[in-house]
Amino acid sequence: MKKLLLSTAFCAAAATGALAQEGEPIRVGILHSLSGTMAISETTLRDAMLMLIEQQNEAGGVLGRPLEAVVVDPASDWPRFAELARELIEGDGVAAVFGCWTSVSRKSVLPVFEELNSILFYPVQYEGQESQRNVFYTGAAPNQQAIPAVDYLLENGVERFYLAGTDYVYPRTTNQILEAYLQAQGVAPEDIIVNYTPFGHSDWQTIVSEIREFGSTGRPAAVVSTINGDANVPFYNELAAQGISAEDIPVIAFSVGEEELAGIDTGPLVGHLAAWNYFMSVDTDENADFIDAWHAYIGSEDRVTNDPMEAHYIGFNMWVEAVEAAGTTDADAVIDALVGVAVPNLTGGISSMGANHHITKPVLIGEIQEDGQFEVVWETAGLVLGDEWSDFVADSAPLISDWRAPLSCGNFNTETGTCGGSE
Amino acid sequence: MLLRLLTLCLALMLPSLAHAQTLEELVARLPDGNFNDRAEVVNQIAATGDPRALAVLEALLEGDLEERNADGRIVIVTGSRSNQVATDVLTGEDLGAVARRSTTSIRVNNGLRRSIRSAMGVMTLRDPDPARRLAAAEAALRAPDAEQVEALAAAMAAEQVASIRQAQALAHAAAVLASDAETEAKLAAVAVVGEAPALVVQATLNAYRNVEDPALAEAVADTIADAERRQAMWGQAQNLWFGLSLGSVLLLAAIGLAITFGVMGVINLAHGELVMLGAYTTYVVQQWLRTNAPEYFGWSLAIAVPLAFLFVGAVGVAIERGIVRHLYGRPLETLLATWGVSLILQQAVRTAFGPTNREVGTPDWMSGAFQLGEMTVTWPRVAIVIFSLTVFFGLLLAMRYSAFGLQMRAVTQNRPMAANLGIRTGRVDALTFGLGAGIAGLAGVALSQIDNVSPNLGQGYIIDSFLVVVFGGVGNLWGTLAAAMGLGIANKFLEPWAGAVLGKILILIFIILFIQKRPRGLFPQRGRAAEG
Repeated sequence: MKKLLLSTAFCAAAATGALAQEGEPIRVGILHSLSGTMAISETTLRDAMLMLIEQQNEAGGVLGRPLEAVVVDPASDWPRFAELARELIEGDGVAAVFGCWTSVSRKSVLPVFEELNSILFYPVQYEGQESQRNVFYTGAAPNQQAIPAVDYLLENGVERFYLAGTDYVYPRTTNQILEAYLQAQGVAPEDIIVNYTPFGHSDWQTIVSEIREFGSTGRPAAVVSTINGDANVPFYNELAAQGISAEDIPVIAFSVGEEELAGIDTGPLVGHLAAWNYFMSVDTDENADFIDAWHAYIGSEDRVTNDPMEAHYIGFNMWVEAVEAAGTTDADAVIDALVGVAVPNLTGGISSMGANHHITKPVLIGEIQEDGQFEVVWETAGLVLGDEWSDFVADSAPLISDWRAPLSCGNFNTETGTCGGSE
Repeated sequence: MLLRLLTLCLALMLPSLAHAQTLEELVARLPDGNFNDRAEVVNQIAATGDPRALAVLEALLEGDLEERNADGRIVIVTGSRSNQVATDVLTGEDLGAVARRSTTSIRVNNGLRRSIRSAMGVMTLRDPDPARRLAAAEAALRAPDAEQVEALAAAMAAEQVASIRQAQALAHAAAVLASDAETEAKLAAVAVVGEAPALVVQATLNAYRNVEDPALAEAVADTIADAERRQAMWGQAQNLWFGLSLGSVLLLAAIGLAITFGVMGVINLAHGELVMLGAYTTYVVQQWLRTNAPEYFGWSLAIAVPLAFLFVGAVGVAIERGIVRHLYGRPLETLLATWGVSLILQQAVRTAFGPTNREVGTPDWMSGAFQLGEMTVTWPRVAIVIFSLTVFFGLLLAMRYSAFGLQMRAVTQNRPMAANLGIRTGRVDALTFGLGAGIAGLAGVALSQIDNVSPNLGQGYIIDSFLVVVFGGVGNLWGTLAAAMGLGIANKFLEPWAGAVLGKILILIFIILFIQKRPRGLFPQRGRAAEG
């Protein structure tokens, strides 16, 4: 199979004359906000990408050609993401783009990538319910993060769930999936409370005291938090101030990683949880090398690594592998070559790209430690493939995605046998 | 529950076995198996009665216990990632530096931590250290165990400290309820639990709502209902307190703006960034103290307050002299120019300190909480309420009684006349703007205790600040106070039933309608000053 792919790709490459440009750099776009509200998370990813590209160039580049990073700053402004994506693809002629953080920024660049037929690697955990031919989702889908996380809580005897989230698409979709899932697991509807707060919410007194009451009925309770970025610091500070310990009411978060904890005194938070596919504390040789390289690149021993960085690490290596296999940077050939590519991840396994453009990852549950790191307390036995269309939402249950020929469809309805979603 | 029973049974069966095993053997077994296996070993370690057992469990609880891969020796590992040192957990022998990945940590999770605490509780119930005795009583309350009834009663009889005795009595009552004692003893226990805070009553008694004994079931139901009544009553007081503390945050953020916008009429969109600079000043002060004089860390906020006021005030004077001064009377241009300044300040801080959050520590005297009736009051909030009221009244006095306050009012009320009387209006303008900015800096010091210290800090407060000043009545400090407290309290009474998102929307709609009706706010300025 691989050989066949290789030879057809070779023909395609020869036909487009890509081989003739030997020595000329291959351009790679980096589309992360370096200013504005999202700069706090995305700047690190820019640095990680620059490091990966530098490493690849030291190792001889791709197809014998050096890589050249084209960095742009969409400034946390969603329409600007689309404009700059167009500029990267049309103006700079990049072979692939690594970028976006928020779901809304991804949604705003989707039409551009489709129209201009390019490739986007999206490294952040997201709500699922999407599969697009030009996008490769290297972050976690809900079944790779949210569902295993509540499974862990259920296993530990938790009976009541407080779902706290920021009011936007990712928490709303995730909580919708979780509510359906929890009820299917036999949790009574009155034992599930869903609460949304505005972006950047900073006064958590009322909600934290509500959580205290919710958790003081004598039955084990937990908080499932999809609270976004900036609002987390005041939330955890208030938890600590009101003395809610993880042994009484654990909080499991899907958006809090090493980077977010950097601004908090984690002493009172020991034991609160997070579900990710990677933690900086994971004890493998690949990870130790990655951390050392990162510290050397960034010039500081204090900087942490996090899950989206690992997603870029996997995504970038997959792209390199696929380009080498296809023998060209031509988008159609690389998109076909990417499905089935397998590269090592940082947690000691081999991640591979599925036909639905999502990857396989292990799911890890970590507890916050005093030093701001996470200690893994539970992990899935093997790797889990991202499930783009959730089985727990009625509309999306019959949908599947398979971008291989002959199906080549992102929302194939198995009930009606047609491509085109649930309508 | 089943699990607890199981471990209980095991614990009952095990003494004969446990005696056969020494502490050394048990410690060597810690790394094996899953969390449940480990919990069992923990109970056995506690049962050995070995004096070293407590230290082993404490290290395990802290997550410091690791297994050396080479020889399986269990060691305590401390130090930073690049510089770890190991000591033997049983002998205390110093084993020197540890190479990377030569040890495997012994994992602890929340469930295991609970088991360790209960096991340690049994051992430390009569400990000489009062803090340990209190922790032991609290652990016993959390996991009521019929086995411990007598031990707790004995500890109570020997206890000298009243507060610890109270905790022990509560734990004793919970243990009695879990045991198969007589109904009368249980009824007495329910009465003891009934004295505790409402949340503790519910957590302890809910499990006994459906007991077979009708007298006991009734007593339990009554006590819970009583606790719920108390809680509902105190809930209102709690909302009021939350509202006051939110109000004082709003007041702090808005009070500087009440001067620059309210008194001078400058629409300063960089106000939020001035607050942010105050927070970063606190960060820099703390960093400096951490490296140069860690013993004075408790004073870091006291040192940051004047520094933030002077530094941010100086930035304010520079903005006024450099930009705003040229734009008096052109509000639209001022608005755009100060917005530009805000972007420049944000990006400058991002470049200097990086885009990620900075950790600002809370001095020990300001952390923690105390119980007032049925509500929990946290110290940082108390400090912020006091601080913001101090700043407010300080400013009020300065405006009214100082020479500079008089000049300031004179200039803003009638500029040509003030100039004729020999006041250097330009200098007063600059200093007034500087004063407003300096107070924004003070707000930053306080906000660094409860919010993110990141370049985006200011953006979260700018809109709220303008709302408060406009709602209160432009140019009126008392109006700012009333508006901040009013909005804070309204917000906190709306939030429990409307939710945070809808609550915020309702407040905005209310303010829009209010401004339609009374465009000059709650307390409009009257007389000639209002014509300005």
